Amino acid sequence: MTRLSIIVVEQDRDRALKIVDGLMASGEHNVVVIAESAGLARRIADHQPDIVLIDVANPSRDVLEELALASGPLDRPVAMFVDRSDVQLTRAAIEAGVSAYVVDGLQSDRIKPILDAAIARFHMFQKMRAELAATKAALEDRKIIDRAKAILMKARGMDEEAAYALLRKTAMDQNRRVADIAQQLVMAAGLLT
Amino acid sequence: MSLSTLRLGYVPLIDAAPLIVAKELGFAAEEGLTLDLIRLQSWAQSRDMLGMGQVDAAHMLVPMPVAQALGLGPATPRFDLAMVLAVGGQAIAISATLAAAMRANGHGFGFDDPVTARDALAAVVQHGLRVGVPFPFSTQAELVRRWLANTTLAEKVTIHTVPPPQMADALASGEVDAFCVGEPWASYAVERGVGTLLLAGRSIWAAPPEKGLVLTHDFTVAHPEETGRLMRAIWRAGRWLDQPGNRSTAAEIMSRPDYLNLPPELSERGLLGRLHISAAGEVRHFPDFIRFHDGAANFPWRSLAALFARRIALLHGLDPDAAIAAATACFRTDLYRQHLRSAGADLPGASARIEGAMAHPTAVASEKGQMILGPDAFFDGDIFDPSFAGR
Repeated sequence: MTRLSIIVVEQDRDRALKIVDGLMASGEHNVVVIAESAGLARRIADHQPDIVLIDVANPSRDVLEELALASGPLDRPVAMFVDRSDVQLTRAAIEAGVSAYVVDGLQSDRIKPILDAAIARFHMFQKMRAELAATKAALEDRKIIDRAKAILMKARGMDEEAAYALLRKTAMDQNRRVADIAQQLVMAAGLLT
Repeated sequence: MSLSTLRLGYVPLIDAAPLIVAKELGFAAEEGLTLDLIRLQSWAQSRDMLGMGQVDAAHMLVPMPVAQALGLGPATPRFDLAMVLAVGGQAIAISATLAAAMRANGHGFGFDDPVTARDALAAVVQHGLRVGVPFPFSTQAELVRRWLANTTLAEKVTIHTVPPPQMADALASGEVDAFCVGEPWASYAVERGVGTLLLAGRSIWAAPPEKGLVLTHDFTVAHPEETGRLMRAIWRAGRWLDQPGNRSTAAEIMSRPDYLNLPPELSERGLLGRLHISAAGEVRHFPDFIRFHDGAANFPWRSLAALFARRIALLHGLDPDAAIAAATACFRTDLYRQHLRSAGADLPGASARIEGAMAHPTAVASEKGQMILGPDAFFDGDIFDPSFAGR
């Protein structure tokens, strides 16, 4: 069986490497990573891939849609991967955040292991991304609350505990988040100094 | 009335205003709806999310449900266009090189005269003209094809898909020579100093339907009540947007980090029809650059479905008659009548019309007597009669 040529469109280098690892574990393929969105259509056309894998939310997907439509005599027809007999797999892919563009006529038993591997990797990233965003938000909140506490402690001669209690009470009274109240206080203090 | 939550997908553009205003100014809440607005990065993503039921409705390019009806996309459940969200809002921009050559020849960049602009452009285009549009099935692609048809440029032009936020970069790097895109992305290229605005989309076609509210057919059948509430909330938001004095407020709301995440000054240009055509700050006024309500802007004319279906069918070697039949069934004038009558919308007597026939605002028969439509003329005087369209 000939090796399949796979392109992964991904800017983040670490992420791309992990996807490539996952794909390699699923069989022998030629995998190329394209990180740049500039000239994407041309780069992909040059490689004549059998499969292109790209994040569902990547803005450059619409460029691939155009490739999928190109049907001139010299073009290789590419279709967004939709196997009508395997709605589960398509749904799993979209939920994991990966979209696949597959050359016309490629048998689905050759596509499935690749897509399964990609889905597994993308799921992992989705989880990591959600965790990272949550951690970052929590850190930001903590920083701003610390600054607000410091302002209150200085302006009103309170201790830290009392400053936090005041922020929390204000937030509860106004039905807002403590971090939002802290943000307002920091901004107002900035204007007054 | 129970409070329902609907998930709506949108792509960050000024024509998403009716969805954002419906949520932020309480038009949705009035209908007992909570809107969960989900910002999407591409039209393909919008189509896939709607197809998979991850959103209940989506802000979509008007030709997209047409292309789906013609089988030119992945298999999805049937998509229906319930109402048009915005008419106009597109601009054509050209590269600094082309703009300089046209200025040297004395072109005045009036922004409103497609014939003069086209001739001036033809005089400076050497070999090819690469034009970016946001999606293969877009009103922008239709505008560009129509504008350049039957001229020397028609043989030189190639149309390329470029995601709107990347238009400025594509122009700067020389990947495209020009582009047609919805605001604020043309103004964004001007602000970056890489593009000069040449024409308003409405100068080519006075009423180019740009975005529609698209739902799956199954959703409209399973949830008629929510469909109606959503349509009324958005219709009222559109009416608010077309009342004088509200556009600056809309620009402020839409520019927030949650939505467009751009300076309000940039979104405001298209919304107010006061566009800076160059980085030097030359301003052009284009009244009604984008419309959200007036002139029955929201009515999903079946003739519009036919117009796009015919164009797309011919480009892709499909039978135009079959394409028109499939596409017109998805433009739900019946839902529009059923759900918006109670909100006070005046409804035209017919559900299809001859496109391009009105050079001026024109009174036509409506349920309440008469209503004002148009103008909807094409710059070249062409008309599109859906009753003869397939032949």
